[in-house]
Amino acid sequence: MKDEDLRDLNLPGYEIPPELAGQLAITTLDRVYNFGRRSSIWPMMFGLACCAIEMICAQAGRYDMARFGMEVMRPSPRQSDVMIVAGTVTKKMMPAIVRLYNQMAEPKYVVAMGACASGGGPFKEGYNVVAGIDKYLPVDVYIPGCPPTPQALVAGMIKLQEKIDKQSIKHVRWYDGKKEDSVAVAIPYLGPDLIDPRRIPEIKAKSMELAQPPAPAAEA
Amino acid sequence: MNGKGILKGMGVTLQRFVDTYLDDIRWWGKRYYTPEGIAHRSSTNTKGIFTIQYPEEKLPVPEEFRYKPFLLYEEGEKGEKNIRCTSCGICAKACPTQCIWIVRGTDPATGRPVPQPAGFWIDADICMSCGFCAEFCPFDAIKMDHNYEVASYTRNLMDIDELMKPVSYYAGIRPLNYAREEEARKAKEAAKAAKAAPAAG
Amino acid sequence: MATPATETLDLAVKFPGAVRADTRPGFSGWVVAPEKLLEFAAFVRDELGYDYLVNLCGVDNLPEGQMEVVYNVYKTTGGPGLIFKTQAARVDPIEIPSLVSIWPGAELQEREAWDMYGIRFSDHPDLRRILMWEGFAGFPLRKDWKEAFHDEEIKPYKSRWPDGKHTYAEKRSAYGDNINFEPGFDPEKWVPTDPEEALYAALKKYKSEEKDGIKTDHIIVNMGPQHPSTHGVFRAVVILDGETVLSLKPVMGYLHRNHEKIGERNTFLHNMPYTDRLDYFNSMTNNWGYSMAVEKLMGIQVAERAEYIRVIMSELSRIQNHMILIGMLLNDLGAYFTPALYAFEERELILDIFEAVSGSRMMCNYFRFGGVVRDIDETSLRKIKDLVFDRLPRKIEEFDRLLTENEIIVSRLKGQAILTSEDAIAYSMSGPMLRAAGVPYDIRRADPYGVYDRFDFDVAVRHNCDMMDRYLIRLDEMHQSVRILEQAVRQLPEGPISSQKPSYQIKVPAGEAYGRVEGPKGELGFYVVSNGKANPWRYHVRTPSFVNLTALEKMCVGTKIADFVAILGSIDIVLGELDR
Ligand code: SF4
Ligand code: SF4
Ligand code: SF4
Repeated sequence: MKDEDLRDLNLPGYEIPPELAGQLAITTLDRVYNFGRRSSIWPMMFGLACCAIEMICAQAGRYDMARFGMEVMRPSPRQSDVMIVAGTVTKKMMPAIVRLYNQMAEPKYVVAMGACASGGGPFKEGYNVVAGIDKYLPVDVYIPGCPPTPQALVAGMIKLQEKIDKQSIKHVRWYDGKKEDSVAVAIPYLGPDLIDPRRIPEIKAKSMELAQPPAPAAEA
Repeated sequence: MNGKGILKGMGVTLQRFVDTYLDDIRWWGKRYYTPEGIAHRSSTNTKGIFTIQYPEEKLPVPEEFRYKPFLLYEEGEKGEKNIRCTSCGICAKACPTQCIWIVRGTDPATGRPVPQPAGFWIDADICMSCGFCAEFCPFDAIKMDHNYEVASYTRNLMDIDELMKPVSYYAGIRPLNYAREEEARKAKEAAKAAKAAPAAG
Repeated sequence: MATPATETLDLAVKFPGAVRADTRPGFSGWVVAPEKLLEFAAFVRDELGYDYLVNLCGVDNLPEGQMEVVYNVYKTTGGPGLIFKTQAARVDPIEIPSLVSIWPGAELQEREAWDMYGIRFSDHPDLRRILMWEGFAGFPLRKDWKEAFHDEEIKPYKSRWPDGKHTYAEKRSAYGDNINFEPGFDPEKWVPTDPEEALYAALKKYKSEEKDGIKTDHIIVNMGPQHPSTHGVFRAVVILDGETVLSLKPVMGYLHRNHEKIGERNTFLHNMPYTDRLDYFNSMTNNWGYSMAVEKLMGIQVAERAEYIRVIMSELSRIQNHMILIGMLLNDLGAYFTPALYAFEERELILDIFEAVSGSRMMCNYFRFGGVVRDIDETSLRKIKDLVFDRLPRKIEEFDRLLTENEIIVSRLKGQAILTSEDAIAYSMSGPMLRAAGVPYDIRRADPYGVYDRFDFDVAVRHNCDMMDRYLIRLDEMHQSVRILEQAVRQLPEGPISSQKPSYQIKVPAGEAYGRVEGPKGELGFYVVSNGKANPWRYHVRTPSFVNLTALEKMCVGTKIADFVAILGSIDIVLGELDR
């Protein structure tokens, strides 16, 4: 670790009036806390499509994400901090992805790598393709590109670190005391098409509406 | 002998291990954070540590590298932006993913189409970076960008303001292409002038 | 085998009333009546020597009211192939006899045709949906089936220009997302059918029994779709007795990206960058396969220099693919990351070249009909020469030293997962998998394309049919690729790089064409039918990863579960082209 990093960590960065001494402890704690988290983001070993190959490249010798403490690709969602959704999200895969996400322990982050994961990508029009993982999971960082080069991925991960830096231990959802330490997303299931349980009433209303016999004028 | 094969393999890894230090010593001080160092590490006789220390050092991208498209504008004398695009729609037709949306400009007075887009969107979350738009644009008005550090906290829909970049930027990232296109354009203009001259005279 | 002059042999006379020549303009081959299909296929295989079924796909001839199944067969001794079709009226149920009994390699491909077109193959041993899930509504590749994001019939869409206000596609679709239901569908009343039920039913029933007074159970193990060893989102359901594999079914479709449906809406040129995303390790060879099929249709020649550039690019691609394969195979064997990291180093150097000439590391989109898009610049050419004449041979040899004699590797690979020559042919294996089973079949030699007939190289072949051979054959092929590259780089002629003017509107006459190249993973074929319009009527990709998996169960039964991982690794699948 470079010296500057340490200095960064020790200084709150601004003058602290004495009456705000209580605040001071929190801010510094935030720094330590965030420093710890940002420096050991373990991604889940989870690749979907072409983008995953660039993710592997970013892990391999040349771009070496280990320099950021991200080298430990965990095959188990329980041990990972970030899910890099690298590739096309298909409907058939969707239940599995949500299940994996739900199994991850907080704090957890989702990075949508590539056009496909961000918004559907070139295959968006396909019948088996989900138009962006953010339809189901909360996404923290979007990395456009098809595929994002390893350097672009690393740039995205740095962006995620910046996001982590801005979080405060006081406000993060997993310590706010509401016992909702983990955001569980309802698992979609495979019917005649992908069914999102959160949208069942909406789907029902719409399909009933479509089933209405056409207006009499059309019949005549 | 059992274990000979393993030892032989270990020899290879040992060799690589030693090479790392030898190469570091040979390039003492110049191997990292210098352009020559980066060039050496990505050349065909690289040995030892192969890592590019992104973001402190960046692997230079080749001229043809394509990431996302952008629109070119010529800088006018008073700082106005003269977009090159004529809203001919060829890029939108050539685009395999159909992620280009163009509204053709119209003259508010006459209602006739004018060669300028009134709206231009590229959905970067669909674009497959194929480069067809740049390849088939007859006016060299859309090109592929080199900037890949575009991660964001939201989806990426690029509108015309976001897409526009000056020609000088293009000349900077693709000098050879720029020179070639300029040459072709000059030649074309010269030919036109030559053709027009006898007609006028 | 004496080759009968099949080209002159009139099969219509041999099977009167049941076989007729396909006389549609631009089409060739034979149309066989479904009743006689089995007999015809057996005749073609046994009497004519076309022992190798390469491609099988459905075609929806909506205007004629027919469903068609197309078969491409070849001889493993080399030479051109034979194409035959069978047609059935387009009224459900559509029944066509299954050819699994003649060519077991038809199994997965027939399942795909069932899944996509709803063509029932009678007597198919295990006819279930393969890419979509059981219970999905409709057969997506039928021409009258529309998806939720259906914009317009064909590209380019009229809504993009001149009045193309940006909208998100989902805002326009009925349910506000990429989903579609029958009108009147009630998700609350809908009883979830277990999509896995049919799958488990297809597996050999597991049972518990009393053995030596101990109650033993067979267990079902699901590997994937998210499993570190499956190279992506592939899933295998395995029934185990202890650690021994009793039965195995591959489950795929987790990356089914509707390549063919989209491809039939695209214009011919639009498909080029999409092919990059099939086998995303080797976009260069994918490009080649597709441009070859379309060039055949158009009847155009490829510029001389471009031919050499194509060879150079595909062979470089092959080398990096095999390097990664070996690295990953070793990963699967538990060597952790050393070989893989070494492999990625060479791959990066090759990708640098791809990036410099084509603009992208992986998605090269480099070929155009009649040539390539851009010439190789001097710097890249020098780099290629350095690689070919110096670094790559050295590195391949280093791999050899690093791994080949390693006792652990030898004992894990030697004699494992035997697939005999007969089986390999019957199961339509291709590429290194076929050659490691002792069949010297390489399309570059057997059915030469491009300028491969001008190079001096050997078809790598190994005869032990085991995993070790599948590893070694990759080393051999890399050596041969270097050999080809040396010649190609030396002979690279000057000249134009394309025989055609660059254009985004391409005229393709009506007809059919099957373009096949020897991809690094095996035979990559593109079956394209054009009806003279701007977009293909049928666009089918025959991918090696998909067809090679037909023999997975055959290879795995009787081995240990730990070896399954290695066997899968040795087949060299990539999900992008497996599921398309
Ligand atoms: S964004 Fe492009 S490279 Fe990434 S998975 Fe999608 S198609 Fe493949
Ligand atoms: S960018 Fe080029 S091709 Fe596209 S509309 Fe403008 S001028 Fe035409
Ligand atoms: S790069 Fe390709 S996909 Fe992207 S806007 Fe241009 S033509 Fe369309």
